Amino acid sequence: MEGNIGELGQYIGVGLTAFGMGFAALGVGNVAGNFLAGALRNPSAAASQTATLFIGMAFAEALGIFSFLVALLLMFAV
Amino acid sequence: MATEETGGGLEFHPMDQFVVSPLFGDGPVAWYTPTNVTLWLALTALASIAVLVLGTRGRAIVPNRAQSVAELAYGLVHKMIEDIAGKDGLRYFPYILTLFMFIVFANLLGLVPMAFTTTSHIAVTGVLALAVFFGVTIIGFVKNGAHFLDLFWVRSAPLAVRPVLAVIEVISYFVRPLSLSIRLAGNMIAGHAVIKVFAGFAAIAAVAPVAIIAVIGMYAFEVLVAIVQAYVFTILTCVYLKDALHPSH
Repeated sequence: MEGNIGELGQYIGVGLTAFGMGFAALGVGNVAGNFLAGALRNPSAAASQTATLFIGMAFAEALGIFSFLVALLLMFAV
Repeated sequence: MATEETGGGLEFHPMDQFVVSPLFGDGPVAWYTPTNVTLWLALTALASIAVLVLGTRGRAIVPNRAQSVAELAYGLVHKMIEDIAGKDGLRYFPYILTLFMFIVFANLLGLVPMAFTTTSHIAVTGVLALAVFFGVTIIGFVKNGAHFLDLFWVRSAPLAVRPVLAVIEVISYFVRPLSLSIRLAGNMIAGHAVIKVFAGFAAIAAVAPVAIIAVIGMYAFEVLVAIVQAYVFTILTCVYLKDALHPSH
């Protein structure tokens, strides 16, 4: 057993940020799933909304990316 | 670095591919040193120029392959700006097309085996995102003057919640360059590191076929991600441009 308690907490924290990525995955899946549900009901309107789909995905993804940022900061900046 | 040996003779170095090293010799890296980043950024610029300028030089009515790629990209970005930012956003079309072509070629050239992925570095994507952020802010203030601040003061909301919304809007405005740059860099780092990890598993004979098929699958997925991330970067630029041109909600 070696190493200090601060390093231990750092690695545990990095592992915990993986939860953030998982929830971001739920968010992106929700966007895509709802888009598909709407698109299958009204396929003629679907093509005009793909841009909205990608914007929605990007915003949902952004918060997962912040958890990745926290992981990077913990690993390399703290 | 978090890449420890995992025992059993297996060695994973998934992050080694992102190391910036000088092209000539082993000296220290100063700001003027030609590095592998310099090389691949130059190749990216040359590739996009080659497709857009040399590819369309024939001006054929029935386009050849390079010309149809160039026309596809042109049409995609043109339609995107028109749909999202409106007709007056088309003044900024050259910059946005440049941005799209640069990012898409940086991502795709990074997928060439043994290549260096320039967009995996936050220094590269950060500059792209900050250029968009400052450009859009300046356009907003030049076009609308103080009315640009209406972006933060949501008039359609009840008066009581407007201060709260203003705080949220200000935070989300200043987080834009961060999320733009880290989305692109994060996707590139993660995808390439996953490919390297699967490639590392190919050293074990028992799982080698699975690992190789997984590498092929991930590689195909990464080609998709490379194009989608360039598209997302461009589309968000258009959304920010729309906010700058028409700040009232």
